[in-house]
Amino acid sequence: MQTTGETAAKSLGRERFNAFIRKYAIVFILIFMLIALSILSPAFLKPGNLLNIIRQISVMGLIAIGVTMVIITGGIDLSSGSVLALAAVVASSLAQRLDWQGAKFPGLEVPVLVPVLAALAVGALCGTVNGSLIAKFKIPPFIATLGMMTVARGFALIYSDRPISSLTDPYNFIGQGAVLGIPLPIIILLVVALGAHILLNKTRFGRYIYALGGNEQAARISGINISRVKIGVYALAGTLAGLSGLVLSSRISSGQPGLGLGYELDAIASAVIGGTSLSGGIGTIWGTIVGALIIGVLNNGLDLLNVSAYWQTIVKGSIIVIAVIIDERKNR
Amino acid sequence: MDQDTILVMDNISNRSPGVKALSNVNLAVRKGTVHALMGENGAGKSTLMKVLIGMYIPDSGEITFQGNKVRIENTETALKLGISMIHQELSPEPYMTVAENIFLGREPLSRFGLIDSRKMVADTKALLERLEINISPTAVMRTLSVANTQMVEIAKAISYDSSLIIMDEPTSAITEREVAHLFQMIRSVKAKDVAVIYITHKMDEVFQIADDITVFRDGRHIATVPATQTDRNSLIAMMVGRELTNIFPKRIRAHWRGGLIRAQPYPQRHGRGRQFRPAPGEILGLAGLMGSGRTEVIEGIFGIKPIDTGEITVKGAPVQIKSPGDAIKSGMALLTEDRKLTGILGVLPVRDNMMIASLRNYTTAGLLNGSLIDETCNRERSRLDIKTPSMDQIIKLLSGGNQQKVLVSRWLLTTPDILILDEPTRGIDVGAKSEIHRLMCKLAQEGKAILMISSELPEILGMSDRILVMHDGRLEGEFTRAEATQEIIMRAATGNNALAVEAVAENAHS
Repeated sequence: MQTTGETAAKSLGRERFNAFIRKYAIVFILIFMLIALSILSPAFLKPGNLLNIIRQISVMGLIAIGVTMVIITGGIDLSSGSVLALAAVVASSLAQRLDWQGAKFPGLEVPVLVPVLAALAVGALCGTVNGSLIAKFKIPPFIATLGMMTVARGFALIYSDRPISSLTDPYNFIGQGAVLGIPLPIIILLVVALGAHILLNKTRFGRYIYALGGNEQAARISGINISRVKIGVYALAGTLAGLSGLVLSSRISSGQPGLGLGYELDAIASAVIGGTSLSGGIGTIWGTIVGALIIGVLNNGLDLLNVSAYWQTIVKGSIIVIAVIIDERKNR
Repeated sequence: MDQDTILVMDNISNRSPGVKALSNVNLAVRKGTVHALMGENGAGKSTLMKVLIGMYIPDSGEITFQGNKVRIENTETALKLGISMIHQELSPEPYMTVAENIFLGREPLSRFGLIDSRKMVADTKALLERLEINISPTAVMRTLSVANTQMVEIAKAISYDSSLIIMDEPTSAITEREVAHLFQMIRSVKAKDVAVIYITHKMDEVFQIADDITVFRDGRHIATVPATQTDRNSLIAMMVGRELTNIFPKRIRAHWRGGLIRAQPYPQRHGRGRQFRPAPGEILGLAGLMGSGRTEVIEGIFGIKPIDTGEITVKGAPVQIKSPGDAIKSGMALLTEDRKLTGILGVLPVRDNMMIASLRNYTTAGLLNGSLIDETCNRERSRLDIKTPSMDQIIKLLSGGNQQKVLVSRWLLTTPDILILDEPTRGIDVGAKSEIHRLMCKLAQEGKAILMISSELPEILGMSDRILVMHDGRLEGEFTRAEATQEIIMRAATGNNALAVEAVAENAHS
């Protein structure tokens, strides 16, 4: 027979175990998927394939990091896919080869830093407009960024209704190069993720982002300049969308106005699967990265298993909804 | 039950969480009379009325309406029985027209089952004309003034042809002219044998319109008297008659040495020269009933809502306060009234909740100093005896008292000179309450100026050095601790400062 002390210790142990499971549920799901897919498909576990998965999510992952910060404030950003496209065409047009006859700006030769900064600036500008509409004109984030989604896409098409190609080697290196055998896009993603993690946890601005989502009114009364934080966070998300446009156009050596279609939805899904609460105040960068990996593994695995694209969308949609249901129960 | 009685509420008890508890309350209302309900904030008046219209289900007790025992489980049943209510918080559908608001939920239908707008507008027009209310039936609600919105609500309540109409502070938003108009309407429905239950804080109105008066206190029925057989003073005595049950910490009273801040957030004539001037080392109590403008004044001083006129001076220098950030910079701190709505960051850890207002002091080279923050948090935890398993605990899982202590330390960490505490002990247990009281005394002794708003008169009397009383958006009275009694404060709070001053003089003589 057990003493009450033993029972209590056991139940405490079980409680801790449950808390552990709940906290890392999303990681266990990812591991489970990895194991299942490696059994189902021998090609899955090959290093080349795994690297491929990470490279595939590296562009969307950048967007997801920005979107996570926006969602933590209690907002949403639907414009990132379109901002990606606009940044991509603008940056590409500044990086076309001199010997290419059909260049948008024939004879233009600038250091690769110019298109890089241009992509970031385009993103920052779009994001600042989003943030200002939301903070100053009190437009709901859904509407403001929905507007930006169509406007930015329209500008991308006006800027160039056909692909901008024949890009310089330094530009292509960003998306195609590797350092120490690791593809550059992956390094960019990891650096940005680390930076965002530090920003969220180790700076005032980061804690204000959480405070805003936790209780905007209380945050305001605590002396936080709400408008400044909002504009800042949307500008940051826009800048990351611009960066993703840079990486994507350089990876495929072409700036196209149709790039990034639907990326914002995958990014939001990554954040939500990773435990970011749409009501604000809760979310982590590492959770979002795991969420993005789950989406990447899912895409890749279903491809390997020859599941039709139609079914893939159904599976992806279901997983997102299930993730939110789990999250709701966790918070109860 | 006699023929004249329309309503008997017998032994009603209600202990739903989050609602003022009622214990064995009785109420009987006669046909064709106006029955006033009076009592302090939280005495249980509104709760009892919400039981009557089916918004709350009582734990026990019986309701007899027009001679029949009834069970009222929702507002629809109440309306069908003939009971309608004008709520204190106006809740119109802002984007609908006046007619659509009045007929909401009982829209007249045409033969084809569609809404018959023409009839609805015509009926509304007839109703408003009958009541002599000059508002267009097709006006959109949100374009109306607050007073007109209130008039529409009144018209709506009357339009149900109810035999009992409940009015919960119907005059809080309207001017004297409209009050006269309302009273005229009440008299005309009375003539048709309709009974009116009238909740108010205003003495003048009670004696103008009421036939019977029932006083509540702490969720209990105290007395029901005919209006002709009572007067202001005895009503006030009944309203506050509770003994001082709390023991407040002893402290050396401060001598008033001139204010640290001086706030006159409205034109001089309204304030009658009185100002909010908490002095260093002083606890300045601010009393007033609901709707007296206490919270609005505080929001003005702290920059939450801009003030139209008036000026604020801190330590002798006029300051422009456009946001809470400005207020904090000038040395103020505000513990808000509604902990959940404007206080805690619910889903965030205790650490963030404690540090959020003072993070700028914990930054080195742009990065937060984690160990310094943890050190500070732990020091605060032991100083205020905050019970939390860790600093990572989500704050909404703590008890109300511990949440409040975290918020208090949030503000103390901003090292304010002036602490504004709005209902600092509302909804927390007795232990935490006296801890907060002791802390307030200690802070005052350290030289901080404290402005405390409280609805609890014993707390006001037990803690304050000086007491300001607000009524109807202005400072009605100012008393020293020695002068003030519950009755005197209540007189000023119900708009009878002359009576209050008289009583002070009398007490001084005796």
